[in-house]
Amino acid sequence: MMPEFGKYAVTILASWGVTLVLLAGLIAATLIRGARVKRALKAQEERMKNDG
Amino acid sequence: MSIWEYANPVKFMQTSGRLLPWVVGATVLTLVPGLVWGFFFTPVAAEFGATVKVIYVHVPAATFAINIWVMMLVASLIWLIRRHHVSALAARAAAPIGMVMTLIALVTGALWGQPMWGTWWEWDPRLTSFLILFLFYLGYMALWEAIDTPDTAADLTGVLCLVGSVFAVLSRYAAIFWNQGLHQGATLSLDKEEHIADVYWQPLVLSIVGFGFLFVTLLLLRTRTEIRARRIKALEQRERMA
Repeated sequence: MMPEFGKYAVTILASWGVTLVLLAGLIAATLIRGARVKRALKAQEERMKNDG
Repeated sequence: MSIWEYANPVKFMQTSGRLLPWVVGATVLTLVPGLVWGFFFTPVAAEFGATVKVIYVHVPAATFAINIWVMMLVASLIWLIRRHHVSALAARAAAPIGMVMTLIALVTGALWGQPMWGTWWEWDPRLTSFLILFLFYLGYMALWEAIDTPDTAADLTGVLCLVGSVFAVLSRYAAIFWNQGLHQGATLSLDKEEHIADVYWQPLVLSIVGFGFLFVTLLLLRTRTEIRARRIKALEQRERMA
C-alpha cells in the first residue's frame, strides 16, 4: 500500500509528518481553548445569576 | 436582510452554530480524499521525482498563509471603518491558523529545497517575504496579547495588519516582481504552458479546497471562542462595577 519514495523518503515523510502534527496541534488547541472558555462563561453566568 | 446583521454577536453565534456541522462535514469529505489521493495515488514526476508528493501539503498551506492574511485585512478594515466587534475578533481568531499555515509552508519548502535546490534556505524574494509574513503573524498575535483594552488592541492590530499586507502581496507575487531567485512560478496557472499535469492538478485542487474548509471550520470555532471570551470580560467588568 505504501508508495515507493526511493531516496526522497525522508523529505516526503518529514514534510507530511510536520504538516499533520502542526494541523493536529492547531485543531487540538482550538477545541481545548473553546471548551475551557465555554465552561468559564457558563460558570460566570451562573455566579451572576445566583448573586442576583 | 443586510450582511451587517452577522456583525451582531448573537446572530453570529446562531448562524455559525447552524453552519458548523456542515462545514466540518465538507472538511472531512474534501481534505481526507485530497490528501490520500495526493499521497498514495499520484505517479512520480519526471522533473521532481517522488518529491512531487510534497506539493499536496506545501501549496495549500502557502496559498492559505497568504489568503488568511488577506481575510484578516478585510476584517480589520471592517473594524476600523464600521467598528463591528465580530470582525475584529474574527481577524484575531484567524491569525494563529495563518501562522501555522505559514510555518508549514516554510518547513515543507525547506525540506523540499534541500534535495531539489541543494539548500534548506536561500534569501530568495519569495522565501524571504514568506519569512517576514510569518514574523508579522507572530507580531500580530503578540500585540493582541499585550494590550488589555480590547478596542485599542483591535485598532493597533488592524493597523499592523494593513502594514503586513504588503508582505502578503509580496509573498504571492515576489517570483514575478523580481523574476529571480530559486522559487519557481505558480504551481496552478490558467496558462496551459505553466500549468501542472491533470494527474497532479486534480488531487491538488481537492487538497486546497479541503484546506479551505478546514480554515473556515477553525475560523468559526475560534471566533465563537473569542466572542465568549469577550463576554466573560464584559461580565467580570459589570460584576466589579456592581
